[in-house]
Amino acid sequence: MANKVLNILVVEDDEVDTMNVQRAFERAELQHNLFFATNGEEALEFLNNQSFPKPRVILLDINMPRMNGIEFLTEIRKNPEWKGMPVFVMTTSDNDSDMIQAYELNVAGYIVKPLRFENFAEAITTLDRYWASIEL
Amino acid sequence: MKIDQVTIMLVEDDEVDVMNVKRVFSKHKVTNPLLVARDGREALDMLKGNNGMEKINPTPRIILLDINMPRMDGFEFLEAIRKDPELKSISVFVMTTSSNDEDRYRAYSLNVAGYIVKPVVFQEFMEAVANLGAFWKLCEFV
Repeated sequence: MANKVLNILVVEDDEVDTMNVQRAFERAELQHNLFFATNGEEALEFLNNQSFPKPRVILLDINMPRMNGIEFLTEIRKNPEWKGMPVFVMTTSDNDSDMIQAYELNVAGYIVKPLRFENFAEAITTLDRYWASIEL
Repeated sequence: MKIDQVTIMLVEDDEVDVMNVKRVFSKHKVTNPLLVARDGREALDMLKGNNGMEKINPTPRIILLDINMPRMDGFEFLEAIRKDPELKSISVFVMTTSSNDEDRYRAYSLNVAGYIVKPVVFQEFMEAVANLGAFWKLCEFV
């Protein structure tokens, strides 16, 4: 049974990590529509731009220039239109403070990016199966 | 920390559903401490240590939440914990018989981490919990 096609906003500044996300979705043969922003400010611009589709879920990095993941989360949680947006953090940061802040801002999950691509692709597959089962 | 050390709270009034969760957890070798509250009021009392209840320590980082319960339903409970500085960051996974769009929308507006419609067939419920468990294994918890 094919899962529902989702519009997914990926907020990630690192080019290699961005490529890995694309490759992981391809490897898992997922049909979702991926949109990319390289920092929190760009992500906000994307959300506020009516000509782009509204994402169903956001994959969010923490460490980014201009506006980091925590700052972005703080902004969207203030906005009635976006405060209910499911956000899954995918970051290299295993820093307790980032984690605590992210959960205080009600992320749906906090995932530390696996180093090996194989494990990363597996993580995306697991996420996809989870998203399919949670009525997004 | 990883999922293994997290205390899980189940808020569910239906005895059969409580048993099913315990059965599935057992089959999937989920060994986390599992605390059960029969409705939102009891769950809040356990989390806060109110009304003669002993406060749960450590605070559960995961709540599995039914919607339709007497005294205080899932939404009332969710609204209460989201307003409480001590409890607001707990991850809540709704597990409900309601496939009603309004309920789903309302739950996500209150920042649930997942909204699972309880399958009628036990085998499917096993699969749903397997997906949930695999997702939890990916995550870090505070």
